[in-house]
Amino acid sequence: MHRHALAGVLLGTAALAAPAQASKDVLDRTGDPNQWVIQTGDYGNQRYSKLDQINRDNVKNLKVAWTFSTGVLRGHEGSPLVVGDIMYVHTPFPNIVYALDLKNEGKILWKYEPKQDPSVIPVMCCDTVYRGLAHADGTIYLHQADTTLVALDAQTGKEKWKVVNGDPKKGETNTATVLPVKDKIIVGISGAEFGVRGHVTAYDAKTGKQLWRAYSLGPDSETLFDPEKTTSLGKPVGKDSSLKTWNGEQWKIGGGTAWGWFSYDPETNLFFYGTANPSTWNPVQRAGSDGKPIDQKWTMSVIARDVDTGQARWAYQMTPFDEWDFDGVNEMILADIDVKGQKRKALVHFDRNGLGYTLDRVTGELLVAEKFDPAVNWTSGVVMDKNSPQYGRPQVVKQYSTFQTGQDKNTKGVCPAALGSKDQQPAAFSPRTNLFYVPTNHVCMDYEPFRVSYTAGQPYVGATLSMFPAPGSHGGMGNFIAWDAGQGKIAWSKPEQFSVWSGALATGGGLVFYGTLEGYIKAVDEKDGKELFKFKTPSGIIGNVMTFSHGGKQHIAVLSGVGGWAGIGLAAGLTNPTDGLGAVGGYAGLRDYTALGGTLTVFTLP
Amino acid sequence: MKPICFGLILLALAAVLETSPTIGQTDKKEKDGKWETADGTPTYQIGSDGTVDWYTFSGFRRYHSECHVCHGPDGEGSTYAPGLIGSLKTMSYADFMLVVASGREVVRADKQSKMPALGDNPNVMCYVDDIYVYLKARADGAFPRGRPAKLVEKSASAEAAEKACFGGK
Repeated sequence: MHRHALAGVLLGTAALAAPAQASKDVLDRTGDPNQWVIQTGDYGNQRYSKLDQINRDNVKNLKVAWTFSTGVLRGHEGSPLVVGDIMYVHTPFPNIVYALDLKNEGKILWKYEPKQDPSVIPVMCCDTVYRGLAHADGTIYLHQADTTLVALDAQTGKEKWKVVNGDPKKGETNTATVLPVKDKIIVGISGAEFGVRGHVTAYDAKTGKQLWRAYSLGPDSETLFDPEKTTSLGKPVGKDSSLKTWNGEQWKIGGGTAWGWFSYDPETNLFFYGTANPSTWNPVQRAGSDGKPIDQKWTMSVIARDVDTGQARWAYQMTPFDEWDFDGVNEMILADIDVKGQKRKALVHFDRNGLGYTLDRVTGELLVAEKFDPAVNWTSGVVMDKNSPQYGRPQVVKQYSTFQTGQDKNTKGVCPAALGSKDQQPAAFSPRTNLFYVPTNHVCMDYEPFRVSYTAGQPYVGATLSMFPAPGSHGGMGNFIAWDAGQGKIAWSKPEQFSVWSGALATGGGLVFYGTLEGYIKAVDEKDGKELFKFKTPSGIIGNVMTFSHGGKQHIAVLSGVGGWAGIGLAAGLTNPTDGLGAVGGYAGLRDYTALGGTLTVFTLP
Repeated sequence: MKPICFGLILLALAAVLETSPTIGQTDKKEKDGKWETADGTPTYQIGSDGTVDWYTFSGFRRYHSECHVCHGPDGEGSTYAPGLIGSLKTMSYADFMLVVASGREVVRADKQSKMPALGDNPNVMCYVDDIYVYLKARADGAFPRGRPAKLVEKSASAEAAEKACFGGK
C-alpha cells in the first residue's frame, strides 16, 4: 500500500514534469516582457512586447547604449535572444553563438563555433543567412547551415547532444529557427531551388532522438495526411491528396521545403507553417501528363499539424501550380480578432503571392484573402463562394501566367516579383490597435521559364527573371504597411526606397519598429505610420527588431549586416526594361548606401 | 550526359591551350551563327542596331537561371559573390572554364567563400560558352543591362547541339 502510493506519486510527478517542460518554460518566459526567448517573440508569432518605457513622446531621445561586432560579413537575419541576464547572439555561416553578460557590459561569457564544411555555402540559395536561436529549459538550440541541430547548455555553451537533419550534398541546408514545444524540437529544411523534397521533423528535446518526420509531398504515410481526418477548406482531403496532383515521380524532387517560421497554439496542440515552391521554376515541365496545370500539393500551403504526432489537421494551398516562385513559407500569426464583425481565433498570413490571408486556425476555414499591395496583378482574386468548384482558388490573369505564355517566352510585368510582396521578414501584430504591421516589397518582374535537367546537389531553377520597381507608383521598391486582417484592407502605407527586409516589432509604447536596407532603424506611430525616430546603423538591416528590459530599462536591439536575397537582387540596383536599352542605373543600387558587416546595435533612453 | 559534357570541356580547353589566350574583337569569324575570335575563342556579335547573336542571348538566359542567385543580376555582383563583369575583364577563357567546372574556394580569417564545381551540371555545362560570351560582352561594355530587345533566332544547329549535350532528352 505504502509502496504503491509512493510509486504513484513518483510516476505522477514524472508525467507532469517531463513532457510539457519546454512549453511551460517558453510560455512563462514569453509571458515576461523583460525577456525575448524565441525568435518570434511568442508562440503566436505576434512580435508584440508590452514594454512601454520607450513611447511616442520620448522615442526621439533614444541613444545607442552599446554595440557588438559579430565578426562575420554575410547577411544577418533573425535577432538576438535575452534570457535573464544573458543575451545570445547568432551569426550567419559559420553560425557562431555568443553568450553576452548583460550585467557586465556585454562581456563574452562563452562562444560556440561549429566546424562546418564550406561546400555547404554554394548550395544555400541566396546567401548563408540564419534566422536564429531558440531557448527552452536551460538549453540553446542552434540549427546550423549544414542541418546539424545542436543543443547547448545555456549557461556554459557545452554541447548536450547533436543530430544531423539533412544532406547538404543533395542541396538540403538550413536557414530557419526551430520551434521548442512540449518535449520536442520541431525543425524545417531549405533547398527547393535544388529539388529537395521538403519536410518538418520533431526531435526529442532531451536526447535529440528523431520522433516523427512529415513530408510536404508524397504518399499519405509520409506526408502524415489522413484521407478522412485531415481537411482542406472544410472537406476531407481524400486518399493520396499529394500524389495525385503530381506528374509521375516528380514529387520526389518536388520542393515544398519548410524554411520559414513556426507558430503554436497550446489550445489545439497544433503548430502552423508554410511550404515553399515546387521545383523547378519552369511550370511547363511540371504540367500534368495531359499538359494541363496540376496542383502539386502540398507545396505553397499553410499546414496545421499536431505537435505530438505530426499528423496534419488541416491544410490550405494558396498558390496551386506555382508559375512565379511564390513560396508559401512566410510566418503564420495567431491572433484573436474581429473578422467581419465576428470574434475569430484567426491565423493571419502575408504570402509572397501578394495576398493577405485570414483563416480560422482551429478549422482552417478561409475568411479573408485580399491583396496587401495594390500593385499585385497576377490574380484577379480568390473565389470565396463556398458553392463554387473554384472555392478558395486564386484566379490567374492570363497575361501574367508564365505557363500560358509558355516556355522560352518572356512573360512581362508580373507583380509581385519572385521575391514576393513580402518575403520571410516577419510582420508584427499589436493588440492595442488590432492592426498587423507588415514589411513589404514593391517590385515586379519579367519571367521566362525554360527546360532544365535535375542533378543532385545542383541548382534546379529553370527560369530567368529581371526585376524592377512597381511601375506607376512612388518609384521605391518597398512599403511599410498597417493591415486590417478582419477587413482585408490597408490602414496606412509608408513608402520606402528599398524593399523592407527587416522584421517588425510592435510595443506597448504605441510604437512600431523596423529596419531598412540602407541601414536605418525606424520607429513609427502605430496609428498612422508617422516617423518618430531613425538612426543609421553600420550596415543594411535584414534582421528583426527585438526589445527587452534589463536593470529596469527598456532596450531595443537589432542586427545589421546586409545580404540575403535582398543583397543579391538589389546590390547593383534594378533596371526597368520598359525604359529601353541603355537606361543603366535608373534606380538606386544598395551598394551606393551600405556595405557588408555584422553588428548588433542596442538602444535605450538616456 | 556527364561524359559528353566533360568531353566538351576537355576539347574546349585543349583548343584554348594550343593557341594564345589573347582576345581581340576585330578579327571575328562566324560559323552557323556562332562567333569566335581569330584564335578560336568563343565571342559575341552585336549588330549596330543592337541585334544580339543567339548564343549571347542564351548566355544571358542561362546566367540568370544558374549564376544570378549568387552573382547578382546582369553579372553586376551582389553582397554575396563577386561581379563577373569585373572578373571577365582579366580572366581568360581557359581560367573561366576551369573555375566553372572545378569550383574555387577561399578560406581566410575575414572571408570564407566557395564557388561550387558545376562540371556535372548540364544546365550550366551545355551552355558554358554561351555564358562566357554573354559575360564577356557585359565586361567589354558591349551589352547593356537587362534583356536584349532584338536577337537572332535560334538555329537548327544550336537546337541539335543542345539535344546532343542533354543526351538526346
